[in-house]
Amino acid sequence: MTLFNPTVARVLGWLTLASLIVLALFGLWGAPPDDVQGDVQRLMYLHVPAAWVAYLAFAVTSLASALWLWERTRSPVWDRVAGASAELGVMFTALTLIIGSLWGRPVWGVWWAWDARLVTTAVLFFLYLGYLALRRVPADADVRARRCAIAALIAFIDVPIVHFSVTWWRTLHQEGTVFDPELKANIHGTMAFTLWFGVLAFTLLFAYLLDRRYRLECLNEGLADRQLRRAIEERVRGAADRDAPKVGADR
Amino acid sequence: MNLVQEASLVAEKDLRIELRSRVTVQQILPFGLVVLLLFAFALDPDRGVLRDVAPGLFWITALLAALLAVSRSFAIEVEHGARDGLRLSGLDPAAIFLGKAAAVTIELLVLETVLSVGVVVLFDVALNAVLPLVLAAVLATVGVAATGTLYGALVASSGTRETLVPLLLLPVVSPVLLGATRGWEAAIDGVPSEAWPWIGLLAVFAVLYTSIGTLAFGTLLEDA
Repeated sequence: MTLFNPTVARVLGWLTLASLIVLALFGLWGAPPDDVQGDVQRLMYLHVPAAWVAYLAFAVTSLASALWLWERTRSPVWDRVAGASAELGVMFTALTLIIGSLWGRPVWGVWWAWDARLVTTAVLFFLYLGYLALRRVPADADVRARRCAIAALIAFIDVPIVHFSVTWWRTLHQEGTVFDPELKANIHGTMAFTLWFGVLAFTLLFAYLLDRRYRLECLNEGLADRQLRRAIEERVRGAADRDAPKVGADR
Repeated sequence: MNLVQEASLVAEKDLRIELRSRVTVQQILPFGLVVLLLFAFALDPDRGVLRDVAPGLFWITALLAALLAVSRSFAIEVEHGARDGLRLSGLDPAAIFLGKAAAVTIELLVLETVLSVGVVVLFDVALNAVLPLVLAAVLATVGVAATGTLYGALVASSGTRETLVPLLLLPVVSPVLLGATRGWEAAIDGVPSEAWPWIGLLAVFAVLYTSIGTLAFGTLLEDA
């Protein structure tokens, strides 16, 4: 009923917790403050890992959807993985946008900038928010899985087009964005370590939450099945109690 | 019958229903014109911004109208179980997709023609560079109609079609809005050379989503 072996899942949980604590220690005290931005820059240790996990989650959703659509690998497992991963992706995208906004305010002086990467991330957020809304539309399990798998792939194909068009649009108007890749070249050793460690810790967190969400989905499905079975039993018993000879004609 | 014949049969059916019910002309078109009027209220015609942002306003209006047209295109399939009839007709699902998308495209192009007259009259814009403008409009409309038909079929049977289609469709077609608006701006500003890359983008989008729809529609139509 879980995505991973229960022992693996438990170890993963403890590892995630430990690495998040280490990340907090390094992020808040271990790494030196930024020369220019000071302590505000420490938000990077959450912002970049969150963005990475968001992209990872959407990649997992797309892969799982493709695996569901391919008849040789079709299994309800992939539908559940796709849904769980999309939920995490939306959550981490929101986290990325919120942390980025909090970071942007003191550094750029604005909450939001019409930078290509920001706009793409915002569109991504709404793309998968729509996908999650579609998942909540009640339907037969198979119908829903097929519908959602196709919608996930439509969204996935759209991401490069959105990114390309938005980049094109912004670079036509303004030269050099705030995300100059050359500025990142010079980074302190401890800062680089903390950043990479953050990516690792968040990846573990993603794997752990994915497993938990998957299990929750399994339990929900089991609950729905059980409720249905009970309702049928009650109905049958009720009909039998009311009038035995009429059972066949009872509608 | 080949694919094109079957598709034109479906498109003809949708357009005939439209000709008889006149929902597009009597409801969606006036809606679009009212939106144009409201833009003038919101942006104050005396400040002179209307002319500068006219392409954006035009395409936002066209997108809103497209949402209604897509919703309408699937509302007619839900009534009287027409969807089952379509499914049992033995027509190729790809042809059904192409036919329905073509009907939506034609309806939207008619709408856009009237709306562009509205933009010229109300916002005082000169639409001179006809070729890039028309090409951008046709490609953008094909792209929106294809994605719209795809998503329309995706949620056709659920009771939440009217609310879910906009949420699903608008983020996906955001590159179309961007491309069509920039393309129109460049064409209106008299630099058609800057419009062509955007027209290329619109063409890629239209071809991509028309192909996806043609391939995926069969599995979507099986849904009850």
